Order: sequence, then structure tokens, then C-alpha cells
Amino acid sequence: MSTLNHIETRPGQLALHGELSIFEAAELKNYLLARLAANDSLQLDLSGVSALDTSGVQLLLLLRNEALLAGKPIKWVDHSHAVRQVLQLLNLGSAFDAPADIVWS
Amino acid sequence: MDLSAARGALVQEARELLTNMENALLESEREGATPERVNAVFRAAHTIKGSAGLFALDLIVSFTHVMESVLDRVRNDSMELDAPLLSTMLKCGDYLGRLMDAVDEGRDSEDPDPVARESLLATLQGLLGAGAAAGAAAALTVPEARVERQESGVNVSNENWHLSLRFGRDILRSGMDPLSFIQYLSGLGTIAYLYTLTDQLPAAADMDAESCYLGFEIDLVSTADKATLESVFDFVREESRIRILPPRARIAEYIELIDSLPESRQKLGEILVAGGTLTQAELNEVLKLQAAVAEESGSIPRLGELLIQEHMVQPPVVAAALSKQRQGEERRHPENRVVKVEASKLDALINLVGELVIASAGARLLADRSRQSVLVEAMGEVGQLVERIRDGALNLRMIPIGEVFQRFPRVVRDVSQELGKKIELVITGADTEMDKSMVEKLADPLLHIVRNAIDHGIEPVEDRQAAGKTEQGRLSLNAYHESGCIVIEIGDDGRGLNADRILAKAVERGLVAADAVLSREEIHQLIFLPGFSTADVVTNLSGRGVGMDVVRRSVEALRGEIVIHSEPGEGSTFSIRLPLTLAIIDGFQVALGDSVFVIPLDMVVECADMNETTGAQRIINLRGEALPYVRLREVFDLPPSQHDRESLVVVEYGHQRAGLVVDRLLGEFQAVIKPLGQIFRGIKGISGSTILGDGSVALIVDVASLIAISNTNTNGSPSRTGASPLTIEGKKS
Repeated sequence: MSTLNHIETRPGQLALHGELSIFEAAELKNYLLARLAANDSLQLDLSGVSALDTSGVQLLLLLRNEALLAGKPIKWVDHSHAVRQVLQLLNLGSAFDAPADIVWS
Repeated sequence: MDLSAARGALVQEARELLTNMENALLESEREGATPERVNAVFRAAHTIKGSAGLFALDLIVSFTHVMESVLDRVRNDSMELDAPLLSTMLKCGDYLGRLMDAVDEGRDSEDPDPVARESLLATLQGLLGAGAAAGAAAALTVPEARVERQESGVNVSNENWHLSLRFGRDILRSGMDPLSFIQYLSGLGTIAYLYTLTDQLPAAADMDAESCYLGFEIDLVSTADKATLESVFDFVREESRIRILPPRARIAEYIELIDSLPESRQKLGEILVAGGTLTQAELNEVLKLQAAVAEESGSIPRLGELLIQEHMVQPPVVAAALSKQRQGEERRHPENRVVKVEASKLDALINLVGELVIASAGARLLADRSRQSVLVEAMGEVGQLVERIRDGALNLRMIPIGEVFQRFPRVVRDVSQELGKKIELVITGADTEMDKSMVEKLADPLLHIVRNAIDHGIEPVEDRQAAGKTEQGRLSLNAYHESGCIVIEIGDDGRGLNADRILAKAVERGLVAADAVLSREEIHQLIFLPGFSTADVVTNLSGRGVGMDVVRRSVEALRGEIVIHSEPGEGSTFSIRLPLTLAIIDGFQVALGDSVFVIPLDMVVECADMNETTGAQRIINLRGEALPYVRLREVFDLPPSQHDRESLVVVEYGHQRAGLVVDRLLGEFQAVIKPLGQIFRGIKGISGSTILGDGSVALIVDVASLIAISNTNTNGSPSRTGASPLTIEGKKS
């Protein structure tokens, strides 16, 4: 039951659409690592991410770590509302260049 | 949360936990309390509390909360699980069981036994002493307000709650997410600071996308009390490390916290200072004290020791962290993968399988007749698969009899205490399997026999000593499979049945003629007659004479039999023999003229040609063994055979054998048992019917009664079954 789509618009430019959750986590992990291996740098467009759970956050962290280890830059762009919300809650916004503008009620 | 959908699951889970708890308590009583057993008891109470809390079942929550407090003291060795406490806990389990019954019936707010509740709570709270458990009976939130300590230099200045969360690896897989916990916390106050620790995140190759690697250090502004904050993590506490430090906690607690976390002290210190949890000065103090204690004791202070020396704020928090290690070990035991299935679905499946067997037999027959070898072969394969599906489906209904046996340790314990007797219960063969539906119907008869054995069989200690026996009586429960049946034995080494007294009572009640000559076994069987009891003293448990006849009827309703072996002064053994399955059996087809009969294959020993024998005695010499036999034609009142050739099928039931003489042997056959109609119930010699491949009806013979007939035959004239089955002959195809 995959509710996540990924598109590579240009080499190294990925866009994610849908829910980034535990259901998609395993498959997405393989995909992201493969894309990282295949390119010198990555750009991740997160505008289409409608939901993000801890598994999803861990995957983003993993990708970030692996990129740092490999010396390859990653750009995180167009964070969706859901992404900004979660990252801000976890105080991880700065790790992913996310703007800190959501006010939690 | 809505209880209606989850009610069944909640009750079932609770009942399983209560069984675990009872077993652990009984084992502790017999063999001494071990940390594992105490933990099992604690976990049961704790988990039930958590689940009940989800649905606001306050009666349960508040009661288990007090149990938990007491059990926690036992866990950290500040209280002993002595005999009185064990008994109290057993009674607590019983009361919880009754609460669960009430929930099961939808009466959530009704206290099924206010007297027991009050008495048990009073006992438990007495153990806890004043203060800690005060008011716990009324509400869950135990007033833990006294957290400020005024000594300067010993407490930090932080006015916020500090929560240190290290979630277990598997919580994501269990359907939980740290994000929801954090969001919930922010509903209880304001998160002043949160730091996400990612140190545990492994490299890509080792990272399991479904495991949880994140930890959190949180400063929370909240007026909630500790219990409320703790209860947020009820469902993950066992597999996670959750530490909650109150505002103005002791420095020692932060020392312990930093010590206990996997990350480096320096990093943790930086996090705590960056978040405002500790001032730099306080951090220095923490690190300094840390070193001092290490120097003093010559080692790094043991986890939790510092806290235990100081005044503890809340035991469960520390205990949870401390026992995390141990619980981690326990989890590593491979769990039985069990799937819960509705009984009705299983029955529906077995019915379908039954139809499949019949249809397959029919198709097989047609294939044979078509004489097309390819088709015959294909049908042969299908037949084999059908057989395996049949076995598999029937196997689904089999459960180990241990599930019934497991309630007996408690019964034996309670009853022997009540009567002041010492009794040891030995259970063997608990993994012998039998059909699920039969297991449930067997529980009460077994219970009655066991109670009888304890009440009347096993003597009081003085009598045993006088007779030169061991002080402790022995009650044994055993089960095993034998020739297509399951045998359950209940044995005791008590005084045995007094045959003379039984006979005398039976004569007195007019159940037996005064001059009747009965074998010892027949005398024993008299105790199954209604209204019979030789007990001089009618106790609470037995002696009213209403039990044993119900026992026998229950056993017979399951198409079984019950046999007694007893020696005066030495003991008795009750043996219950039951057929293994009620639905489909492997059968052996035989023919009498145009009628087909089926003999259960499990009971067939061998077949032979039947030579014409003369003589009134219906016994033949089978390789030197004298074998009684019956001619089925005579038994079923069929006209004499036209042909000379007959065949002999040797059958066995229990330890008895007999021969059944038939016309022709037709071979093996899977018989789907269809029950006989009401009017045929009284016929001896037939236990059911089945449909053959060609659609005709065949009768399944009742081997036990045929063997009995063969025994009486050897004394004289052939006996009849008392009904003419001519009208039951099936139609020809």
C-alpha cells in the first residue's frame, strides 16, 4: 500500500509526493540511497510530502548522514507544511534548512 | 476511547495476563519468588492497568494501581513476597477476574464485589504504610506534590519538568510514534526546549527503516503532576527508557540520568545547559559529584544507587529504567506465533472440508469408472491433497489439554488448604492435543473428579502417617494418545474405593439386588449412578451425590467412557477415554451383502480370511491367541450370507480386542461423520453414518460396543442390538 511517489525530474533532483511514513520507509530507504550513490549531489523537493512520521524523519536523517559521509551536498527545498511542522517540533529544522515559522498550539 | 469494539480483546488479554499472574504466584509459593516471577506478576498488573486506563475503566485502574505499588516494593526488594502477601495477591487476581467478567458483560462501572475490594485494598495499603498510597483507592492521581526540597546546593534551579526519552527499537513496529507522545506532552503544558538525539542512528547498511533510533531531552513547563506525565508513556515504558525529573529535582538525579544514558556525558551536559535545564554551574556540580562518588566507592556508581540513597521521588520511573535490562533479556525468548481465530470460522471451514472430502470421493469413483488412467491418476493426486487439507483443518481444532490442566494447580492449592491436607499435584502429558470443543466440555467433569479425589480420596495427614504413607498426598493428572483416542487419567495415592461400602450403599438404595454378584469394576461403576454417595460427611465440595453421574453423562456425551481402577489403601485412578475427532475419520469399508459399513481405521489391527468354524463358542484361534468375535450379520439382524467366504477384521479398543466377521473387505476410505438422527440414538453397535462416493449411506460401527457384545457372546447365545437396521440400508446407485 504505497502512498508515496518519487520522481526524478532531472538527474539528482528528487521530488517526493505523499506520505513519508513507516509503510513506505523500507522501500524509500533503498531508493534514496541509490539516488545518492548515483549522483554527485542531490536536491530533495519536499513540497508534496503530506505527512511525516518518525520513520520518515529517520530516513531524512540517514540520507543526510550518508551524504555528509560521502562528501556530497544535499539541498532540501520547498518543505511542505507537514514537514516544517514535524521538523520544528523535533527541533531539527536547522539540520534540513527548514524555516522555523510554525507556531504550535 | 470507544470500548465496544475492543471489549472482547481487552477482556481476553486481561484473562491471559491473570492466568500468567496466578501461575507465577503459585510457582513462587511452591519454589520461592524469583525476580522473573515477581516481574511477571508486576507486568500483569501493570499491563492491565494500562489497557483499562485507555478506556477509563476506573475501578480496574485504581485497584491495579495499588497492586502495582505493592509489587514494585517487592521488585526492588523493599518488601518480601511472603505467604500472606502471596495469598492476598492471588485473591487480588480473583477479584480482577470478576471485574473483567463485569466488563465483559458491559457493566463497566459496577463493582462485582465491594466487600472483597475494600478488604484487599485495606490489606495492600496497610503494607504500603501511610502516605504513599493514601487516596489511591479513590483516584489514580496519587498526590505526589511534595517534590521541592529546600536544601540549597542539592537541588537544581530548573522550574521545569525534564523528560529524558529513549524509545525502544520496536515501538514503531508496535504502531506507536514518538511524535504523538511529544504532541501529547505539549498538550499538557508548553515544551520549553526539545533536543532530538540521533546518535543511535546507524549507518545505512545496518539501519532498519522500521526501527526507532531517536531519543529526546525535553524541558516541559507544566502544572501536571508526575503520575499524569508518567502515564503518558504507559504503553512504551517497558521497552523504553523514560525518565521524568520534577522541577527542582536533586542534583543526584541528574547525575544518575547522565550516567544512565548512552550518549557521552559531555554531550548530554551540553544539551542540558543549552536547553536551560541546568546552569553551567550546576553542570559542573553534577560532574564533580559524579567524580567524587566514583573516587569514594572506587567505581562508577551503580545505576540508580545514588537515587536510592537519596529520597526517591517516584519508584516506578527508576524501577522501569533499572529493570529495562532484565526485561530486555526476557523479551529475547522466542514467542509462539499464535493467531486468534473465531471458533465459528473454524467450524465453517471444517464443514466445507467435509463436503470436499465427500465430493472428492464421488469424483474419484467416477474417474475409476471412466477407466481413463490419466484421470485416475489426477484424481489420486487430488485425493492426496484433500487428505492433507483434511488433516490440517482438523489439526486447527486441536489444542493441548494443558489448557484445561492449568487451572488445577490453583484448585488443588485452595482445596487442600481449606481441608488442611497436604497434596502435591503432578501433571504430565499436558501437550497431548484434543479437539477444542471437547476440551471445554471436559473441564467440569475433570474438576469434579479432582475435587473428589482431594475430598474423599486423599486422607488427612494423621491418617496417612498412621498408614505409613508420606505426609503429602499425590494427585496426578496425565494424558496420552492411544489407538485413535485420547486417555486422561486422574490418579491419587489415597485410601482407594471401598468396594464393600459401595455395594452396601447401593443395595440400601435399591440400586442393586441384594444377592447380585458383581465384579470389583462393576462395583466401582456404581458410584456413577444418580443419587449415589458413600460420603459420611457431606462437605461443601462433594458428597451430595449429584456429581459423578453428571460426570459420566458428560463423558458419554463426548462418546467416551470412564473406567476406575482402585486398590483399597493404595489409591484410585480414573481413566477417561475419548475419541480424538468428532468430524472426519479414516475408515475401513466392509460389506455385508449390499450394505456397506465403516470401521474406524485407527481401531483396525489386521484383517484375515475367516474360516468356517463350528462350535457354540464365538472364539477363534488367531496365531495362538484366543480372539472373541461377532458376526456383524447377526448383530445387525441381516439375513444369512449366500456365500461361504467371509473375512475377519480384528479391532481393538483400549486393551481389548475382538474380531468382526464381514462378507467383503472394501478398503480404506475417508468418512465424514454425519450424526445419527434421534431415533437411532439407542442402537448399540452404530456410532454414526457417512455418505459414500456414490451417494449411498454407510453406517459407522461402534467398535467399543461390538467388543462388549463379543465378550458376552463367549458366554452363550449371540446377542442382538435390539433393532433391525434393514430399513436403513442405503439406496444403490
